[in-house]
Amino acid sequence: MHDPHVLLRVISKFLIPIIALFALYVQFHGDYGPGGGFQAGVILAASVILYALIFGLDAAKKAFPPSWVRIGMTIGVLLYGGTGVVTWLLGGEYLNYSVLAHEASHGQHYGILAVELGVLVTVTTVMIAIFYAFGSRQPETDERDW
Amino acid sequence: MAVSLNASSVAIPTIALDIGLMALLVVVAFAIVRMRSLFAIVMLQGVYSLVCAAWFVSLDAVDVAFTEAAVGAGVSTVLMLAAMLLADRKSEPVPMKRQWGPLLIVLIAGAAMILAVGDMPNYGAANSPANSYVGMDYIARTAEDIDIPNVVTAVLASYRGYDTFGETVVIFSAGLGVLLLLGLNGNAGRWRAKPNGHRVFRPSAPAAAVSKTSDETKPNETKKRRGRPRKSKASTPDGGDK
Repeated sequence: MHDPHVLLRVISKFLIPIIALFALYVQFHGDYGPGGGFQAGVILAASVILYALIFGLDAAKKAFPPSWVRIGMTIGVLLYGGTGVVTWLLGGEYLNYSVLAHEASHGQHYGILAVELGVLVTVTTVMIAIFYAFGSRQPETDERDW
Repeated sequence: MAVSLNASSVAIPTIALDIGLMALLVVVAFAIVRMRSLFAIVMLQGVYSLVCAAWFVSLDAVDVAFTEAAVGAGVSTVLMLAAMLLADRKSEPVPMKRQWGPLLIVLIAGAAMILAVGDMPNYGAANSPANSYVGMDYIARTAEDIDIPNVVTAVLASYRGYDTFGETVVIFSAGLGVLLLLGLNGNAGRWRAKPNGHRVFRPSAPAAAVSKTSDETKPNETKKRRGRPRKSKASTPDGGDK
């Protein structure tokens, strides 16, 4: 079996988990260093997109099914909006996280964690959705076409 | 603290770095304008974003640099490549007489911007709008209100939570728009773009076959496609699906 891209495959197989892990680091370390939901979402999407570039779109769709994309897009927005509704129900203003815990700053921590998670889910799935939508139109490209 | 002290003590090399990066941006921009191969242009746009990100780091805007590197140099380059596959690989040269109008617009817009530079505050000036009103308030109150070290996250997620919610909804609607227009599977197989840009529509494709998920039809279809000569490929799979 002769595979001209064996180096690419081996190295990306090694790198993709690290990229995904780095996305989680960026997500949960966003309170302390640069980063947050947007950046983490794009990095996480980039790991899936890299997988699709190297191993093909069908393999990527098996690893990250399009149904997740559809559901994830909505769940992210609902998570963000829902955090606001919860603060509403607890007696605060919309998206005023201070009421989420006894101590105001702890409530802020929880609130920021929740909305950043919503941003992460939406950004990741939307990026992958756009990639799937464009990439699926021309699933196979001959190398000489470039 | 340590970062800002460092920056002031090595001010001259930083300025040289800034100017060098901006010069690099101009060079890349001219290369993009003069190039005809779309693949090279998309790659150079990625390079442009990466240089931008490096410049943002030198301006101490690490969060923005992070975003620019991930979005501009990473994902959008790939998306542009995917979109490029559906179009011509090379752009036609534009005749000279059609270039005067755009040139005039660019010159006027550029002159307006250079005119506006005089009204801008100096870089890092203490009384600039960014450093005087509500921004200082956020920096002063974050430690007490929210108790996290990264003020950017505090502003983004808490003080300006409504704005960020709006941004999330914008991203959501962008994804929704693409899905409504193209479908998650890109209407796979209904039409294929050829490398030289001539689109080939399959006239026989019924609308119902398009909406089927790929998981149900793929194994069948691919087998048939492989088994048959290239010419009949366009019309047979939907016949088989029915």
